Amino acid sequence: MTLWITLSCTAILLLVAVFAVAAGREAAATYVVYGLCALAALTSLLATLQHLLGLAPPAIVTLPLGIPWLGAHFRLDALSAFFLAVVDLGAVTASIFAMGYGRHEEAPLRVLPFFPAFLVGMSLVVLADDAFTFLLSWEFMSLTSWALVMSHHRLQENIRAGYIYLVMASFGTLMLLLAFGLLAGPEGHYTFAQIRAAHPTAGLAALVLILALTGAGSKAGLVPLHVWLPLAHPAAPSHVSALMSGVMTKIAVYGFVRIVFDLAGEPAWWWSMVVLAVGGFTAVMGVLYALMQHDLKRLLAYHTVENIGIIFIGLGLALAFKTYGMATASALALTAGLLHVFNHSVFKSLLFFGAGAVLTATGERDMEHLGGLIHRMPQTAFVFLVGCAAISALPPLNGFVSEWLTFQAILLSPQLPAWGLKLLVPTVGALLALSAALAAACFVKAFGVTFLGRARTSAVQCATEIDRFSLAAMYFFAALCLVAGVLPGLFIDALAPISDALVGASMPSQIGTQWLSIVPIMASRSSYDGLLVFLFMVLSGTFSAFAIHRLASDRLRRAPAWDCGYPDASPATQYTAGSFAQPIRRVFGTVVFRAREHVDMPAPGSMQPARLVVDLRDLIWDALYVPIALAVGYAADRLNRLQFLTIRQFLSLVFAALVILLLVLAIWP
Amino acid sequence: MTGLDFDVAHLLAGMLVLISFLELYQDRLYALLNVFALHALVLALSVAWQAFIQDAPHLYVTAALALVFKAVIIPVALHRIIVRLGIHREIENVVGVGPAMLTGMALVALSMVVMLRVTQEADPLAREDLAFALSVILLGLLMMVTRRNAVSQVVGFMSLENGLVLAATGAKGMPLVVEISVAFSILIAFIVIGIFLFRIRERFDTVDLQALDRFRGERR
Repeated sequence: MTLWITLSCTAILLLVAVFAVAAGREAAATYVVYGLCALAALTSLLATLQHLLGLAPPAIVTLPLGIPWLGAHFRLDALSAFFLAVVDLGAVTASIFAMGYGRHEEAPLRVLPFFPAFLVGMSLVVLADDAFTFLLSWEFMSLTSWALVMSHHRLQENIRAGYIYLVMASFGTLMLLLAFGLLAGPEGHYTFAQIRAAHPTAGLAALVLILALTGAGSKAGLVPLHVWLPLAHPAAPSHVSALMSGVMTKIAVYGFVRIVFDLAGEPAWWWSMVVLAVGGFTAVMGVLYALMQHDLKRLLAYHTVENIGIIFIGLGLALAFKTYGMATASALALTAGLLHVFNHSVFKSLLFFGAGAVLTATGERDMEHLGGLIHRMPQTAFVFLVGCAAISALPPLNGFVSEWLTFQAILLSPQLPAWGLKLLVPTVGALLALSAALAAACFVKAFGVTFLGRARTSAVQCATEIDRFSLAAMYFFAALCLVAGVLPGLFIDALAPISDALVGASMPSQIGTQWLSIVPIMASRSSYDGLLVFLFMVLSGTFSAFAIHRLASDRLRRAPAWDCGYPDASPATQYTAGSFAQPIRRVFGTVVFRAREHVDMPAPGSMQPARLVVDLRDLIWDALYVPIALAVGYAADRLNRLQFLTIRQFLSLVFAALVILLLVLAIWP
Repeated sequence: MTGLDFDVAHLLAGMLVLISFLELYQDRLYALLNVFALHALVLALSVAWQAFIQDAPHLYVTAALALVFKAVIIPVALHRIIVRLGIHREIENVVGVGPAMLTGMALVALSMVVMLRVTQEADPLAREDLAFALSVILLGLLMMVTRRNAVSQVVGFMSLENGLVLAATGAKGMPLVVEISVAFSILIAFIVIGIFLFRIRERFDTVDLQALDRFRGERR
């Protein structure tokens, strides 16, 4: 029943997409389309929640669509219900945000039809229960999101972003296609039930793991396959950026979990090491990239890369514990990873909404041109601050809970019997800690430079607060950040059926614990109480505010902001994003990005200002992608001659190919 | 299957291969068309024999189609085209007769080796049939490669298709729909090619493909 409801919601969304094509030019179309999207997604969300709360058993539906002898299989179990809930939650809020934000869209016809279609693609990937439907929906999702990335297609950088995205998306789908091909075997068992029943050999399963990691990883943004993500996510309109960063990358995580935990059989000992190493590397590289950015949306996109790394660390730990039969620990790690999936979808969407609000109000994405927005947009600044605190993993917000749980799982690693893992997991833990600390620094930079200080341009000085729809969406997610941080037990318990199904155990129930605290393993070992932390912060904050206002002088003084020895100078003398990141750039960037600083000192007598120039090189791009691009270009140049053969030469080529193939067949033993 | 059935089928298929060789060294277009008509006639006979021994009446339809279209309509139409284009006196030889025949023999040997090896479990008639059919296909391709004139390339293409029909009828249980659709697609291909020949001729005053290459501005 619930599955039928969610499927009909996707059908309605498809109809909305068609409607948007027809009526996209009307002024009211924005309200109608996004309103219908929000309603359909909300219905689907309510239906899905029944599964998530364990009120409905797994449901299966087979529709006579797609390949005739196969049909389209759909299934709604605990795992897909969780991810569908993430999709729908993001969809509802993004639609509400877009009811306000979308009015500023210059070319609504380029966005309105593709937005519902994009939602359909993401929902169907999660619901698919056979390889064909999965890949079809996956590709549909990629293509519609590509269309959304290209919605402002006249900008040169967007064209490049769209091109790289398309190439990487095709690559990812190819890898997944091969993975499912291997899983389906020579008989072509394409339904997941058949794949689950067949047990692949060790070599085959290893290949599937690598293919799934590259295929799903390229969509999720694992380093070094992340290159498209920081280009494509910011290029789309902000509510779509929120969905791509907050939700679509999670669909990729879903694909990985579904293949590796559910379909590929028992994990081998080295699987977790690969996943952990990639996850740790991704987390640190993502945040380092982000620190070097001063484009607000691109910075957020790089943080998505970092958070995907954290999620994969959780999944890798779950694999490690699963391999050695430590089901409870595995459940803890898996729950931590999945909880971070949910948390990240919430606060990253919130932050992208905030960036969108800033973009609408000022027309700027570059932080070096912003500043002082807290006076102009106090409400946006407040919710953005909540998002920043959540993504920096500060208690009592939700980001802290999932990262803390991940650390709890890391602390269990000494119980692992394998020495490789015993050495690797603490290293990954150190990387995780490093990335968490750097993320906090990065968001101090993002919030401080954007919202604090003084306005750097006149556009910022005239900014006004964003509309009510957008604010409502942002407040909702900010509240959710707090609720999930204060009452994490509810969310952890909702994830129990998933870990039961995938690793055979679940975390202890958190409902009955005292003071609503969470206890990952046992109370004597560790526990965390978001509610108490929150109450303490509220009380101590109120008390100190009261004390300061009562006991200290209450005379209001206005002093120059950022008065670091430059009183009354222009706003350009403030701390910039670049200067804030300079210490970290010197420590890490010198090695990781070959960062070189040099001062352009004008000749004596010249009136030009001296300039500090920073050179950054993306070594991953240089080492991995440039050679591939060069090789493809070279091969294309060589093969270009084939375009100009005569008809007889073409025929001779075909003939020669046929004869050679027959010869091979004849000589082959 | 009795010995006679097998022998006659074998004989007809072998004749097709032989006629393909005949086609290969015809350097005058009229003679080529006559040999092609013979090719199609033998194909029709072979298909009809298959229909008889397999007791599959729908194959008679295929045989009739082959007879009407390939042995009569297409050769007559090509005849007229040649006359109207005024190229009936042209002689063409890109590759000499000797090398072409030698290559053809090598191709037949290759197809025998391949087919007899890969179809060891198949029924013997189908096996031989497939081997001959592959030979006919390869010889047709060879003809397309070694000829310069567009008309003789069309003939090469048609005899290649004869090989496909031979293979299809040799296998039991090929549905009629498939055969009819193949026949029609060939007919349409023929019409399209015919129209193109005239268009090419109008534009370039020749149907010699080398001239076309010259017009494309190619190096050779």
